[in-house]
Amino acid sequence: MRKWVNRLLQNEQAGLLLALILLCVVLSFLSPVFFTALNIKNVLRDAALVAIAGIGMVMVILLGEIDLSVGSVQAVAGIVAVAVLNSFSSVFVALGATLFAGACIGLINGLLITRAHINSLIATLGMMAILRGGAMVSTQAVSIQGSVDSFVEIGTGHLGPIPIPVLIAFLLLALFFYVLHYTTFGRYVYAVGGNPQAARLSGLPVDRIRIAVFVIAGILAALSAFILASRLNSGQPNAGLGFELQVIAAVILGGISLTGGVGTLAGAFIGILILTVLSNGLVLLNVSSFYHDIARGIVIILAVYLDTRRKQSLVRRMLSGIK
Amino acid sequence: MAPVIELRGVHKFFPGVHALRDVDFVIEAGEVHALVGENGAGKSTLIKIIAGAYTLDEGQLEVEGVSTVLSHPRQAQDLGLVVVHQELELVPSLSVAENIFFGRLPNQNGRVLWKKLHADARLLLNQVGLAVDPKTQVGYLGIAAQQLVEIARALSQQAKLIVMDEPTSALSPQEIDRLLLLVDQLRFRGVSVLYVSHKLEEVLRISNRVTVLRDGTKVACQKTAELDEKRLVALMVGRELGLGFPDANRSAKSVVLQVENLTTDSVNDISFEVHEGEIVGFSGLMGAGRTELAQALIGVDRRRGGSVRVGGEELAHSSPQAARRMGLGLVPEDRREQGIFPRRSVRENASIAALEALSRWGWVQRGMEQSRVEASVERLRVRAASTETPIANLSGGNQQKVLLCRWLLVDNLKVLLVDEPTRGIDVGAKDEIYRVLDELAQTGLAIVVFSSEMEEVLGLCNRIYVLREGSINGHYHREEATPEALLESALPN
Repeated sequence: MRKWVNRLLQNEQAGLLLALILLCVVLSFLSPVFFTALNIKNVLRDAALVAIAGIGMVMVILLGEIDLSVGSVQAVAGIVAVAVLNSFSSVFVALGATLFAGACIGLINGLLITRAHINSLIATLGMMAILRGGAMVSTQAVSIQGSVDSFVEIGTGHLGPIPIPVLIAFLLLALFFYVLHYTTFGRYVYAVGGNPQAARLSGLPVDRIRIAVFVIAGILAALSAFILASRLNSGQPNAGLGFELQVIAAVILGGISLTGGVGTLAGAFIGILILTVLSNGLVLLNVSSFYHDIARGIVIILAVYLDTRRKQSLVRRMLSGIK
Repeated sequence: MAPVIELRGVHKFFPGVHALRDVDFVIEAGEVHALVGENGAGKSTLIKIIAGAYTLDEGQLEVEGVSTVLSHPRQAQDLGLVVVHQELELVPSLSVAENIFFGRLPNQNGRVLWKKLHADARLLLNQVGLAVDPKTQVGYLGIAAQQLVEIARALSQQAKLIVMDEPTSALSPQEIDRLLLLVDQLRFRGVSVLYVSHKLEEVLRISNRVTVLRDGTKVACQKTAELDEKRLVALMVGRELGLGFPDANRSAKSVVLQVENLTTDSVNDISFEVHEGEIVGFSGLMGAGRTELAQALIGVDRRRGGSVRVGGEELAHSSPQAARRMGLGLVPEDRREQGIFPRRSVRENASIAALEALSRWGWVQRGMEQSRVEASVERLRVRAASTETPIANLSGGNQQKVLLCRWLLVDNLKVLLVDEPTRGIDVGAKDEIYRVLDELAQTGLAIVVFSSEMEEVLGLCNRIYVLREGSINGHYHREEATPEALLESALPN
């Protein structure tokens, strides 16, 4: 028992996990609705969208880069999904086209960063504006409606009691957990983010890893867009406004360091859950939506602050253990 | 007169390490006190305690007879304890004068008094014997001159004790002479100097007393007059050492690395060859192009012309990755910036270049990785709590060994380039690294050593090339190489 407690205290994610549990406990006292199966399902369904795009963001930030284009990808990929769906009447073709669009966007991001040597903040900021504008122009700022019934199943359907988006998110989280920790590619991602110069001199394909990560991030962002479009049964040019910040905030809250090379997917997932539960709680408590952003900002700053403090005290505890 | 600083019964702990054990340490006013010890012996910890960067966990600290708790570098500086760091801490874009009085510019109601600043700076520059205009940007000065600027800054703070941490590691022989002369003058003016260096010859030449640390314990504090190099080395490593290099009687076989007319932006028309089982050295002064050549060989810089062949095959594609696949690896000069992944474990640091071979379908075979890393770590006698320890927790010498492991794990490694194999590493660990390089050469590996330490090149290599201004300006076989000859080829005419 003691051993378990110690291990929990030394675990990087323990503080976050405790915060999440605490938040849930408080909310279930404040709102009778919070701890119901339906609401939990809703929370998880919201979290799933952030998590799917968040996996890509985790890898991008582990590299020491940033991707601001994921919000606009929500719009563009969603429009592609519905447009292709309507002309081919096939969910599979639509899915393929959407993921392909995401991959292309990611590839362009990656090439801008590695070949044109443009800082990722600037490159993806540019892409963010271009894609959003493109979405508006191509639809003339009007959302397009889906015309295939089975399409909505993906966003709203269930497999047993589990919503399909949640299932997809969990499968992807499991897959990428293994990729990051047990494959050469995952090791390379941590290495390039931890010390790009050393990675290069050790003969790692640094640029190819960067490009691959941006492509994966693009595909995952497009997948979350596809699910969102399916849930709304429409492609909307203003979908995902501010989504990139929501994703970045959540994974940073989860301990992914902006300096690169530090953090785990598990931590990021807890970060995503905390922010989703928080938004959900504020909705249940009838707090005006304008306050949501304020609350989110405060939580992130607080979390990072506490995390730094906790690391310092951990070192101190280890020291006293030696004496 | 009370000593400048006195430590009594000092202990310092870090995670997993008892860095200082019950250390007593005294620096008298106006003495040059040398501090020596192997890497990881506790020298940097002791310096940082004096500089106020670390607080001591147990024991007492007195500054000029007054018991003090130093909790911040600023506080130490105010008491006149100033450190001139190994990595200089100047602002390259500011002038010499602004650097000297950084944060303390003479001013009237916030308006900087430039005339006074420059006059004061000139005075201090005279004292340290540096003849530059105080308005010069620091970035244009060489390392030796920058160091003198740092010392001038220390003097401007009314320093009572100047700590010099490896001050001569990047200096030429003449510059070293000048620095040692300055140290002597400082002593004459009543400023104490704590001289921390691996170069025992300098220590014996300049200091009044020497303190030797080993594994965090003070093993000796003696008058320099009573010591010689052999005795010092024995104190540092705890045993008498032959300070010898392995016998370089290796049998050279076929050519494995052939370089013809290699030219980049910083090296010019380089041609040489290295045989199987041979250690070849590149010597030369600061800025002669040693590091640039090492990096050009693995394709970091764009090649302007020439060819590199490894094992008869042309390295057509110029990139470190292509070089690695051909069996050409580099252990870089700057361990921290270019070598290690500080947050990752010893295991991950060691295996990173060999992961392709240690994985199947992209999945790392953990068992195989673990056993291969453990074997190589054991072979090079890396001292670490376990292979899961973050590499940043290791001493410099052990980090260097892990970087050697990184390339030893690459199966088809044919040529190992080592840039400054023992920079910042001390006698005991140095010897071990020489021995390892020799063993590797015996097994048929071709090794190229790039080093600023002439003694190292002379002792270790079968053949030596001397670089000057980016070109090869001399080639010696072991038998004909002498320090004089190498220096002759290295100096600009």
